[in-house]
Amino acid sequence: MPATDYYDEMRPAEGEVRPHYQVYESWLAAMPPERIRQKRNEADIAFHRVGITFAVYGEQTGSERLIPFDIIPRILPADEWQILESGLKQRVHALNMFLADIYHEQEILRAGLIPPEKVLQNSQYRAVMQGVDVPGGIYAHIAGVDIVRAAGINGNAGEFYVLEDNLRVPSGVSYMLENRKMMMRLFPELFVRQRVAPVDHYPNVLLENLRSAAPQGVADPCVVLLTPGAYNSAYFEHTFLAQQMGIELVEGQDLLVRDGYVYMRTTRGPIRVDVIYRRVDDEFLDPRVFRSDSMLGVAGLLDAYRAGHVTLANAVGTGVADDKSIYPHVPQMIEFYLGEKPILQNVPTWECRKQADLDYVLAHLPDLVVKETHGSGGYGMLVGPAASAAEREDFRRRILAEPAKYIAQPTLALSTCPTFVDAGIAPRHIDLRPFVLSGKDVKVVPGGLTRVALREGSLVVNSSQGGGTKDTWVLESC
Amino acid sequence: MLSRTASDLFWMSRHVERAENAARMLDITYRMSLLPYQVLEPGQEWAEPWSLPLITSGLATAYYERYDELSADNVINFMALDAGNPSSIYSCLHSARESARAQRGAITSEMWESINATWIEMRSMDFPALKAIGIGEYFELVKMRSHLFRGITFGTMLRDEGYSFIRMGTLLERADNTARILDVKYHTLLPSVFDVGGAVDYYQWGALLRSVSAFEAYRRIYRDIIVPRRVAELLILRADLPRSLHACMNEIYDTLQQLSDSRSIEPERLAGEMHAQLHYGRVEEIFAVGLHEYLMAFVQKIGKLGGEISNHFLAPT
Repeated sequence: MPATDYYDEMRPAEGEVRPHYQVYESWLAAMPPERIRQKRNEADIAFHRVGITFAVYGEQTGSERLIPFDIIPRILPADEWQILESGLKQRVHALNMFLADIYHEQEILRAGLIPPEKVLQNSQYRAVMQGVDVPGGIYAHIAGVDIVRAAGINGNAGEFYVLEDNLRVPSGVSYMLENRKMMMRLFPELFVRQRVAPVDHYPNVLLENLRSAAPQGVADPCVVLLTPGAYNSAYFEHTFLAQQMGIELVEGQDLLVRDGYVYMRTTRGPIRVDVIYRRVDDEFLDPRVFRSDSMLGVAGLLDAYRAGHVTLANAVGTGVADDKSIYPHVPQMIEFYLGEKPILQNVPTWECRKQADLDYVLAHLPDLVVKETHGSGGYGMLVGPAASAAEREDFRRRILAEPAKYIAQPTLALSTCPTFVDAGIAPRHIDLRPFVLSGKDVKVVPGGLTRVALREGSLVVNSSQGGGTKDTWVLESC
Repeated sequence: MLSRTASDLFWMSRHVERAENAARMLDITYRMSLLPYQVLEPGQEWAEPWSLPLITSGLATAYYERYDELSADNVINFMALDAGNPSSIYSCLHSARESARAQRGAITSEMWESINATWIEMRSMDFPALKAIGIGEYFELVKMRSHLFRGITFGTMLRDEGYSFIRMGTLLERADNTARILDVKYHTLLPSVFDVGGAVDYYQWGALLRSVSAFEAYRRIYRDIIVPRRVAELLILRADLPRSLHACMNEIYDTLQQLSDSRSIEPERLAGEMHAQLHYGRVEEIFAVGLHEYLMAFVQKIGKLGGEISNHFLAPT
């Protein structure tokens, strides 16, 4: 695809600049390259010193790496953000209603909108949650929704699409906060020139939400963050958030269940815990209910949770709503529960379990991205245009063997943003993960984590595969 | 506070202090080795200056498992840089940094940045690099980093339980170290007691005082030549010398009183007993018992106190 087929966030065409990038572009044009280089070095040193690193699996135990940080921000104008914000709120609201519904009355299944087996046979559906009431009916207190801007779908020049709803233990928010801090440290003058919506109140909003999710009757709830431990890839984020919220960062070994309540082991003896912001996957939460080999969880936790003696955020069983096989139904959920038209679009998706879709997918494999419905993080995936004939043939056989296991989407022409690379400034593909917090109401801190694929032409933004991050600016309307 | 957090903080500061003490000991040994009085008792290896840091830290056995001969380079390598020696400066700073990383949320960001920067600087240090910056400068650097970390802790950290456990880690390690250093030096230096006032004697005792930053204090307090009895009095009984046993026990006892509840009677009682002995003790009585016996009993008790603190606060069963 030629470069002009991509939507560039800064330049609609060579030599032109979009209005919301004008202030930044004129500042950048006036910056001596030497000073930019120096600032980039400064950022690197600062990130290392502060220790904003992520652990790398499969390498030497405890090795840490820096996620590359690019100093050119991704800027969103106020009007575009308003659309995104209302779309995100609407979507997450509906997803929470869906979760409450399927773990209670299952009206959406009875209405025939979603085939029941898709939900009830789903590996992420947790039967232990059936009929369990959670405070406020909220399941996904924290959602990280992956948004892409893509050109070429149905003739669009550059619309936003939702690529994935992450409702389990979404991560990345610490980079949103640290990237902003870094930009303000490196280039304070930029923040004088234009009004960028602040993001650093995120931990406050999160804490307020977590407290409000406490079991009924608890006046001054004790909130803790449960981490798998120092060797988890997101450990930096766990410590960061716990510190920002002023709550204890606990591991499974620090908690115990006694008489149906959860306590943490402290220097003053056991202290009762009311809300657990858990960054441990469902499967590892309670060795008595899920994986018995889990060393990360707490025996008896699920009983305390089901009895309403402790709140887990996110709730157990949210994965059934962000599963790829459920994704195509989210627009229907919005209409079913809210009676509204979806503000944000899904990426067109073919479900191979449907004969017509299957025929289409098999006929267009070289153009499509095929994903396993239960896969994540780029595993079990075929990127048609990049795959060899043999790989496509292999996938064709796998799809035919188990069609229901696969979905397909067009290869997305992700938008680009100017980025510093070895050769200078060049466009690189980006996505966006805003964080949606649900409590008494739904809030989105203006911004998010922009990930950038640093390799030329690459569409893979994952940090484990050479992706970097950018600060994300939402301009306030003046 | 979580017991695991308290434990990490306790060991974080304890390891920083241990690294500092190792640097102090090596530094003073290095300086002594530059003097023309290296071998006090020819033919007796234990009297070699470079054996002292090994004996003091109880690492002689581990050393000879790894190295054949006693040499300055080997001892510095072993005690400063050897990742296989859990008490080396390298290992101590690594442990301290890992504890800090695990408890980033419980310490201030300035503390974390300081210990992390120290670790980043130290982890790539090998012997040629150490030689390049200078042996004395390297020890100075370790000491200054420890001072810096303690200063940042003092200047930025909330005076909560975490701070109390950080202080206790520092003070237990320091008291243990001062007692050991005095004991070993006293033993080694004993032959020179018959030569009081001689040049060797002056440098040896002066070095001991310098290694615990007490040389200038000695001069100010006694305004006289350095004699073993006064050195012992200064390092054991003076409450105003920050590295003395008395000063350490003062703060440990105060801190334990603040932390105490109905479950932690034993650590408080033990610390109170040790504190009272130092508070009301006299140097004549110490020498009547025997300095070595006195110091070994102290080292044993401080070890027991560490165990009690661990049982009651850090790893309750």
